[in-house]
Amino acid sequence: MSKPEGEPKSATLLETAKEAVQALREDIKDPQRTQIWKSIFRVKHERSDPRTRSLGVLGNVFLHLHPGRINRDAVRYSYTWGMGGITFYLFVVLTFTGALLMFYYHPSKLQAYRDILYLEHDVPFGKLLRNMHRWTAHLMIITLWLHMFRVVLTGSYRRPREFNWCVGVLLLVLTLLLSFTGYLLPDDQLGFWAVTVGTNMARATPLLGSEGPFGPALGMTPYNDVRFALLGGSIVDANALLRAYIWHCIAIPVIASIFMIVHFWRVRKDGGISGPSPVMLESEMKPQAKGR
Amino acid sequence: MDWAQIWKIVSVPDNVPITLLAILVPFYTWYGLRQAIATDKLIGRLQADPALAKTHHRKIHPYLPEWAREVPVWPYLLKIEFLAAIIVTLFLMIWSITLNAPLEEPANPNFTMNPAKAPWYFVGLQEMLVYFDPWFAGVVLPSLIVVGLMVFPYVDASPLGLGYYTIKQRVIPLFSFGFGFFIWLLLIFIGTFVRGPGWMWFWPGQHWDHTRVIYEVNRNLPDVFGIHNVWLAGILGVIAVVGFYAGTGWGIHKWLTRPGLNQKLYERTSLLQYATFQFFAITVLAGLPAKMILRLVFRVHYVLITPWFNI
Repeated sequence: MSKPEGEPKSATLLETAKEAVQALREDIKDPQRTQIWKSIFRVKHERSDPRTRSLGVLGNVFLHLHPGRINRDAVRYSYTWGMGGITFYLFVVLTFTGALLMFYYHPSKLQAYRDILYLEHDVPFGKLLRNMHRWTAHLMIITLWLHMFRVVLTGSYRRPREFNWCVGVLLLVLTLLLSFTGYLLPDDQLGFWAVTVGTNMARATPLLGSEGPFGPALGMTPYNDVRFALLGGSIVDANALLRAYIWHCIAIPVIASIFMIVHFWRVRKDGGISGPSPVMLESEMKPQAKGR
Repeated sequence: MDWAQIWKIVSVPDNVPITLLAILVPFYTWYGLRQAIATDKLIGRLQADPALAKTHHRKIHPYLPEWAREVPVWPYLLKIEFLAAIIVTLFLMIWSITLNAPLEEPANPNFTMNPAKAPWYFVGLQEMLVYFDPWFAGVVLPSLIVVGLMVFPYVDASPLGLGYYTIKQRVIPLFSFGFGFFIWLLLIFIGTFVRGPGWMWFWPGQHWDHTRVIYEVNRNLPDVFGIHNVWLAGILGVIAVVGFYAGTGWGIHKWLTRPGLNQKLYERTSLLQYATFQFFAITVLAGLPAKMILRLVFRVHYVLITPWFNI
């Protein structure tokens, strides 16, 4: 647009402003054309175009563990039961509620039990928060077992997924340990005696426990054996509470997260979801496995 | 029948998940086996008709040749995932609003809870303490279970049944795992619903009498045969354990090589795979129930007695 000679400056300014508003209006109608949008999402989200939909998944950090496209039958709920994904989602819920609980909790004998009472009676939604953390933990164990059960039923633990199955077994152990360490934290009778019973077994560890086979012969006493290491003492007391807290809130979640990263990455690298695949007949099986 | 006692156990907040487990495990077992039966029917049809096997798409799901083989993850998979997240969140919300997490009295080392029970997912381990000494029930056996689960894929040499539900092609692994899972759930059931004060055996519906005394004498295996000499008792124990391994191993071998089962599967299995499977099958899958029966039915405490450890 050319500027007419001799017009006052203010009129030109008004003209420019009008143009800018007009451009803004256009952008609002179609935000996907703006620089801001493009800088965040990179690709346009066309409903009808499968290619940009795939790119949308692949270009998203939270979704990038998914492939862009997947076998038609592999999305069937009847095959996967969705239990692995639900287990991971429950872990996320536990991390979130757990972090909020940490704001109100002191891992000391003097404070711990009072903090739970405070959470239950004074903190807004404190009771809901604690309930949710507890029941999510219970549910996670159930979904984990069901996930494992499905993997066994479909034979998905076998070659080439043997290693990932082992990682999964370790994740199961870590989940149980998370539950166990969390049980002590309210510092009530329930947790105290459950942990007492549990750690008393450690006393009987062969070679490393003061009451286990060959333990005393190796110089194990209640003050230097594996139970002492777990509790930070010879009884379940302040040190045990602190150790349980650190294992529960830092060490095991970090270790479990690392294993989870490997677990999910390997799902993709080992060929994605194992099925539903076409059935193989006995007559098609070779008598000897190749390359053994 | 003391219904109040049953309700008291079932309604303990930390036991509510067992009710959920009791619903979900049978449901998903049915859900999986239903597909396995459908697949087995398909396998039977394809085996009977080699011409059909060449052209069939080989899945139990509906199929048309013109359908696309693949679908975009968005929206076909992601919508299921988001829906699952919403349903699970709602479920947790309702559960957390309606049921409060338990909180007992402050921890008191001078006042022992009776019965002092582990959370339900560990109560199976606690129940194993009845049948074995703590070094075995609490340390060695759990380690064996974990290691046994980890070697599971390495001893399974069959290429059949990967990626679909089937019973026919995977009888041995399904039975092994299913039996182990069943024992584990059974131990949880016994530990939760049967064990009362003093970890005594109360049938479901029997009142938990805190003053109950059981006049039950547990014997060791050598005592049953009237052997009291330490050396002879030790030798008898070793013979019993070796005999158990040999007998059970022979039984499992007969089962693995029985006619009707695919001979090729057995041929593909190396000696190391076979021996590893036998070890875990005998020690965990057969040993635990055997010791349970010995203790619960015949009141036998130890089988093998040595100066260092007892089994």
